[in-house]
Amino acid sequence: MSLLLSLCLLALTVGLAMALVRLCLGPSLPDRVVALELFATLVVGMIGLLAIAYGVSALLDVAIVMALMGFMATIGFARFLERGGQRDD
Amino acid sequence: MIEVLVGSLLLAGTGFMLVAALGVWRMPDLLTRLHATTKAATLGVALIMLGVALHFGEAGVVARALGVVLFVMLTAPVAAHAIGRAGYFVGARPWSGTVKDELRPHYDPLNHRLHSGVEEESGGPSDPPRNSSDVP
Repeated sequence: MSLLLSLCLLALTVGLAMALVRLCLGPSLPDRVVALELFATLVVGMIGLLAIAYGVSALLDVAIVMALMGFMATIGFARFLERGGQRDD
Repeated sequence: MIEVLVGSLLLAGTGFMLVAALGVWRMPDLLTRLHATTKAATLGVALIMLGVALHFGEAGVVARALGVVLFVMLTAPVAAHAIGRAGYFVGARPWSGTVKDELRPHYDPLNHRLHSGVEEESGGPSDPPRNSSDVP
């Protein structure tokens, strides 16, 4: 694995840590959902980098599934909030 | 040549995604966090996937990478709109430095009605005609 790929993966890991901070101390449930959506997007980017690092192009299917899951989770949480879920988080 | 291009694309995409994560950490309220994370993270994923497509250079991989880019670009605004709308309905508190909330005086949070302001001019300034006509 080259130096550039290691650097990019390290930067994305730092980004995951920042999103984790927001996930832990986000004051309301929508803030945590935003952090979770950013998680999914960052993981899609990391899977792309890992596909280059290991030379396995089949990992892109995992990236597609990850993007789909993040979108579905966000829409599900939004519907849950609008239909009146737990508001005291 | 291709490797330099791939490397610069990966670095730029990673930088945008790092900026998105920094924004979601440091921004003061829900809407500014959405503003930071949606656009910057989408652009970051698009640049990284373009780098992947250029690195492999096969037809199937390029199609999958462009599929990821298209999917993320289609779904990220929809998801941001849905969660922003849900957050406004739940009552996410805007930042204390917010200058203007155009929706607040026209929107009734109890029955999810949106007043345009035109019907109040026709009905008279004293009584809001929505409430008087809807309640039997």
